Amino acid sequence: MSTESTLRIVWIYPDLLSTYGDRGNLLILARRAAVRGIPVETYSVRSDQPMPSTADIYLIGGGEDGPQALAAQRLITDGGLHRAVNQGAAVLAICAGYQLFGHSFFAKGTKCPGLGLLDLHSDRGETRAVGEIRGDIDPRLGLPPLSGFENHGGRTHLGPGVAPLARVTAGIGNDGQTEGAWNGKILGTYSHGPALARNPAIADLLLRWATGADSLAPVDDTWPDKLRAERLAAAGA
Amino acid sequence: MPLRAKVATSVSKTAAALSRAAGRGDGSVIGGWIGLKIDPDLLGHLAAGRAIALVSGTNGKTTTTRLAAAALGVLGPVATNSFGANMPTGHTSALAKAGATPFAVLEVDEHYLARVIDETSPRVVALLNLSRDQLDRAKEVAMMAQMWRTALAGHPDVAVVANADDPMVVWAAQGASHITWFSAGQRWLDDSFVCPESGDPIERANGDWWCTGCPLRRPQPQWRVEDEGVIDPRGDWHLVKLQLPGTVNIGNAATALAVAAEFGVRAIEALPRLSTVASIAGRYAQVDRDGRNIRLLLAKNPASWLEAFDMAEQAPTLLSINARDPDGFDTSWLYDVDFSPLHNRPVLITGDRAFDLAVRLEVNGIAFRHVLSFEEAVRSVPPGRLEVIANYTAFQDIRAELDRVN
Repeated sequence: MSTESTLRIVWIYPDLLSTYGDRGNLLILARRAAVRGIPVETYSVRSDQPMPSTADIYLIGGGEDGPQALAAQRLITDGGLHRAVNQGAAVLAICAGYQLFGHSFFAKGTKCPGLGLLDLHSDRGETRAVGEIRGDIDPRLGLPPLSGFENHGGRTHLGPGVAPLARVTAGIGNDGQTEGAWNGKILGTYSHGPALARNPAIADLLLRWATGADSLAPVDDTWPDKLRAERLAAAGA
Repeated sequence: MPLRAKVATSVSKTAAALSRAAGRGDGSVIGGWIGLKIDPDLLGHLAAGRAIALVSGTNGKTTTTRLAAAALGVLGPVATNSFGANMPTGHTSALAKAGATPFAVLEVDEHYLARVIDETSPRVVALLNLSRDQLDRAKEVAMMAQMWRTALAGHPDVAVVANADDPMVVWAAQGASHITWFSAGQRWLDDSFVCPESGDPIERANGDWWCTGCPLRRPQPQWRVEDEGVIDPRGDWHLVKLQLPGTVNIGNAATALAVAAEFGVRAIEALPRLSTVASIAGRYAQVDRDGRNIRLLLAKNPASWLEAFDMAEQAPTLLSINARDPDGFDTSWLYDVDFSPLHNRPVLITGDRAFDLAVRLEVNGIAFRHVLSFEEAVRSVPPGRLEVIANYTAFQDIRAELDRVN
């Protein structure tokens, strides 16, 4: 794509998976990189285009059942995302995008094969999980609590090859106990849409993974901090 | 009308009057709620004998309803739910309050369209557009289109007036046997990249659209917007003079003219009446306070924010966001709106969810100032125009501060 020093971020299939303001994560990552003086290029790759395998960060968002199944099918056929992950790319997978990173998921009542890039599978819950979610993130990641809004009908079951992203303290997440999953440089979460708006520390984790930097220069997070404090309090627990 | 319905109608009107007198609201919901408790079939009884048009869609339905009611006024008295109370309780209140009118134009919430078609046997149904709106509880766009399609297929006698520019609407309307197409444009494309029939990508060019995998494509519209006017099915162009701002309202006027034409009203007769509409339940209203000319614009979802930016002048702008029950509790949609048109305008923010908006604007590179109240906002700007763009309950809060301006 371009020079080695430029951070390349791909937004996967915005034509299919962009129901809930998912563009926000791309904008937030690009801004937080630019503020640190990291040259950044962003690419929105549509489902009728080949998926590049040489970018540094891949984002995949939420969507309805039909587009979710179609996206999984095309990503499996294309193979570019698998190659990128094998080469060590960082990934943030949200909601429907998170489910399709597992071995299987349900869409329109049918069990669909996933990418198998995270050791988990998803099925349907009896109720839809809608509302504020809050959780304590895996201490190994060294991040403050997760704050988000969830809206999904799925339940996700983790295999031994992944760790929960967080322990739920309010909301449902995977199953009422755990929320999201991570392994290597792949993060998945039910905290939907622009999840990074409320979790700038996760954005910076992705940037550190992608650049190999141990730390990043601090940025003025006055407004994200106010938003986080308000939403964490609103979620209770 | 059966006795039970007469009693229910009378009680309904009394309750609405009491609600207004007590300053509790417009009375546009409570009356219908009580009336329907006494007679569950009251809406059907009140609808009987009237020629009715229903107007539904994600955006523009309150304005289009008001314009269509004004146009139909050429023929005689028209009952309408002009306060945006668009569920069956609101329809019942509106019809009870209006008494025996020969015509009615009712705005209908998208979710209730099937039920209200069943209960009111309308002559005309107008379908405006379908896009994302309050996804934390609303039906997803494709499911809504399917509900409409099924409802219309069950009522082949209904004349449908539908937006040719929105693939979701075109697909939904195909269940009907008599369709008039209008072109009111589609500013928001993100919810119709995938064909609802075949799942294939939809291509667009020069105002046209077509599915790449099945025969679904844009029908030829009989009514369309051109320059500051509307072209009717005979090809005649009519200048549209409105007090309402923006090209989007010319599209709403075209829709209203198409609806009225189904009742035999000619555009040339209807147009003078459209120009009398100045504001609708506070939308577009202008209020003078402390030397500021405050204009209210309602924006509920990504598509309507784009329209509001288009209508607003280059002037200080207050944005107010809530996320209460009628708004939906999820603010993710803020990232589906590009706030760039606000560059170089002084921007103030307020509302329950001002912090969500603050983070969004920062990412968008828009400078802003957070104010704690509407009063503070008014004091913070120099004399002259203040544009106010707010979502539903935030809009109602500000409208209340301005003495419930209509």
